[in-house]
Amino acid sequence: MFGYVSRRVLSAIPIALIAVTACFFILRLAPGGPFDGERALPPATLANLRAHYNLDLPLIQQYLLYVWRLLHGDFGPSMVYNDFTVAQMLWIGLPFTLMLGFTAFVIGTIVGLVAGALSAVNQNKWPDYVLVMLVMVGLVVPNFLMAAILQLVFGVYLNWFPAGGWQNGSLAHLVLPVTVLVLPHAGRTARLMRGSMIEVLGTNYIRTAKAKGLGQRLILARHAIKPALLPVVSYLGPGLSYLLTGSLIVEQVFALPGIGKYFISAALNRDYGLVLGTTILYMVIILAVNLLVDILYAWLDPKVRYH
Amino acid sequence: MALLEVKNLKVDFETTDGVVHAVRDLSYSLEKGGTLAIVGESGSGKTQGAFALLGLLPRNGKASGSVIFDGHEILNLPTRQMNRYRAERIGIIFQDPMTSLNPYLRISRQMTEVLEHHRGMSHSAALAESVRFLDAVRIPDAANRVRMYPHEFSGGMRQRVMIAMALLCQPELLIADEPTTALDVTVQAEIIDLLVDLQEDFGTAIILITHDLGIVAGTCEDTLVMFGGQVMEHRKTLDLFANPQHPYTQGLMAAIPRLDKKVDRLSTVSYEFMVGERQA
Amino acid sequence: MAGLTGKDAVLTEYARKLETLDAPKGRSLTQDATRRMVRNKAAVVSIGVVLFIILFAFLGPYFLPWTYDKIDWSGIRKPPNFEAGHFAGTDQNGRDMLARIMQGTQMSLIVAMVATMVSVVIGVVYGAVAGYFGGRVDAVMMRFVDIMYALPYILFVIILVVIFGRNPVLLFVGIGCLEWLTMARIVRGQTLSIKEREFVEAARASGASSWAIIFRHIVPNLSGPVVIYATLTIPEIILTESFLSYLGLGVQEPQTSLGTLISFGAPVAETLPWMLIGPAVVLVSLLLCLTYIGDGLRDALDPKDR
Repeated sequence: MFGYVSRRVLSAIPIALIAVTACFFILRLAPGGPFDGERALPPATLANLRAHYNLDLPLIQQYLLYVWRLLHGDFGPSMVYNDFTVAQMLWIGLPFTLMLGFTAFVIGTIVGLVAGALSAVNQNKWPDYVLVMLVMVGLVVPNFLMAAILQLVFGVYLNWFPAGGWQNGSLAHLVLPVTVLVLPHAGRTARLMRGSMIEVLGTNYIRTAKAKGLGQRLILARHAIKPALLPVVSYLGPGLSYLLTGSLIVEQVFALPGIGKYFISAALNRDYGLVLGTTILYMVIILAVNLLVDILYAWLDPKVRYH
Repeated sequence: MALLEVKNLKVDFETTDGVVHAVRDLSYSLEKGGTLAIVGESGSGKTQGAFALLGLLPRNGKASGSVIFDGHEILNLPTRQMNRYRAERIGIIFQDPMTSLNPYLRISRQMTEVLEHHRGMSHSAALAESVRFLDAVRIPDAANRVRMYPHEFSGGMRQRVMIAMALLCQPELLIADEPTTALDVTVQAEIIDLLVDLQEDFGTAIILITHDLGIVAGTCEDTLVMFGGQVMEHRKTLDLFANPQHPYTQGLMAAIPRLDKKVDRLSTVSYEFMVGERQA
Repeated sequence: MAGLTGKDAVLTEYARKLETLDAPKGRSLTQDATRRMVRNKAAVVSIGVVLFIILFAFLGPYFLPWTYDKIDWSGIRKPPNFEAGHFAGTDQNGRDMLARIMQGTQMSLIVAMVATMVSVVIGVVYGAVAGYFGGRVDAVMMRFVDIMYALPYILFVIILVVIFGRNPVLLFVGIGCLEWLTMARIVRGQTLSIKEREFVEAARASGASSWAIIFRHIVPNLSGPVVIYATLTIPEIILTESFLSYLGLGVQEPQTSLGTLISFGAPVAETLPWMLIGPAVVLVSLLLCLTYIGDGLRDALDPKDR
């Protein structure tokens, strides 16, 4: 088990490095920089700015400098928000985004698992049909649309929850944004869990468990859960990915103080530093979560451990 | 009074292509400690007939008729009541031990839970008893092996584990559904010998379901031949082998490849007996 | 003796059938699948709805008095007004909403088609190569897929769009590059089992090159799963394109897509609800129906997947 974990950790490092490198080179080699915009700058100013941002060094040197700084937690200066470094901007917005993302992730996963299991156990009876319908809705409506609808219906017309803003920690302000994020994730998780559980319930070893005279609850909790969870656990990595990208939109629509807003305007304004910094940070988070997921998978499936 | 009396058992399956009559009219009885072989080709209904006894039919299966075990009707009992018979009074071992054991749980867990659930034993007592049974089915180094996972055992050993697991509560009846089909020929003989020994030691009644006539002789007192969900012949094994009456049984016997005779063509079961029937 | 004369009604009936050659007809796999598909009401209805939407998007404009970019100065921000020919109202610039919805749907559909094609081609080639060559090649290629699967791919597309501008070709190719991963995995799995079949061995024995085998023998046998997952990919692609358009990174003015329409309609939905409702309904219907069709195909072609 320890060998498995350490191998996974070691293989994650080159992956992160390759991804960072790819990002860096793509951005730098691209036509158009942050100063290519509408305003024509006097050549002297341009030269100064380029020097300040190290843009006149050979590419390779820029890269090494960048990686070195990264390892020290320095993501470089933002190219558009002149008064801030990228690290500072990330520091401002990231905690909130992470909080939002992980809350939605945890709630969505739990809801999805429970819904999927209930659906599978009551296959083709009414709880199954109802849940499948709900899941469809969650899956099919895009998050930006869902955000708009929920905002309108519950925020404006019904006025049950505030339609936006944060007010420094009031739970009511979180309800709508979290719901928008939870729905598609719970939907996908429920679908996977349902399918997987139905398959498990049809296996020979569940038949053996029944033949041993064990009660239904025991069979579900001890014999069915582990194998049913496997495909769902594999999905959790990409699932978090979807969630974090979805949070970008949600933060914008609901005017929340996360990275989302900055990221989008950075993208539109070609602020290399911020875009790259955010992407790298997201990647690191996701790689870490993937690592945890791999470990969880190995714990569930004994066959994986012994290879 | 017989231990088991099956009367006019019918098993139907609802499929998208209509109703399939897997078992049409099955009747037999079995004494305490008796041994019965149910023989037939694939699709003859032999397995479904047994599953119906224990309520293990899939969702779309319906059983009707009567099954009386030790004086009580057990066919189509609600699950909660059926669970009191399962493993405790009627045990079953399945055809493919690889898929019939839960790959994600240790053997110890899969065995002790039977004793904990049915006999209320503590975990350590159940574990000791499980090891005792693993010894009885001749698993070497049982005390250490018991903590392993199914994929760490060989096919033959897995089947032994299943047998041990089924006998933990010393049930009065053991149903063995094609116990050797998924195993190598050499291992088959060992498993059958094991079953015979256990039957003598514990006095369990055995229903041995198989398509292989070869393992029937020498293990079961009675043999029942099935085809198309119906009984073709049901006699004492020795009589059946010596003098098969039904054309189908005769065909089956003739189809067994023999090493002591030289033939140009292997014979198959011809279904002409059905045509002959019509003319009669 | 049980079982002899008189009791074998079924057997005698069967024997009679055999004699009169009334045996049940065999069914090909496609027939089986089509039967199952037709029985799936949700899928059938969905096919109808999708066809309707396609006709609506491509033929509809010929029936409308307004084009999607013509400005009606007298009717800015007006709710649906049948007399003036604005069946779905007008937007803030005075353009006819229904025409814009049609054009937007056209755009979304075209992007979906092209991007799906791209992702299918990449996915099939990648997966077949990985599955056929096996060993280290396979391990490395699949590890790559595993990694890409987990990373926030959309961010990369955003980066690409940021760099290379809002080029329609880039949009198609970029989005197509997002979705090939699942296809590659499926195709690899199928290839692994197909390559063990005898006709592949025969081809190898007769000296066919690996590439010939891959493209002439293996790929044609992949059609079932490829069709299923291509159909399931289309809604994902429409979603991604809408997402990008909503962010302002998708199609450019005056062209529009469903995502862009929604991005304009959402902020003003309180006062101008028709700007949101129309595109939203079309988008959700399209996605819902395509999902049902995809699921239906999967159930029909691979029944044990239920």
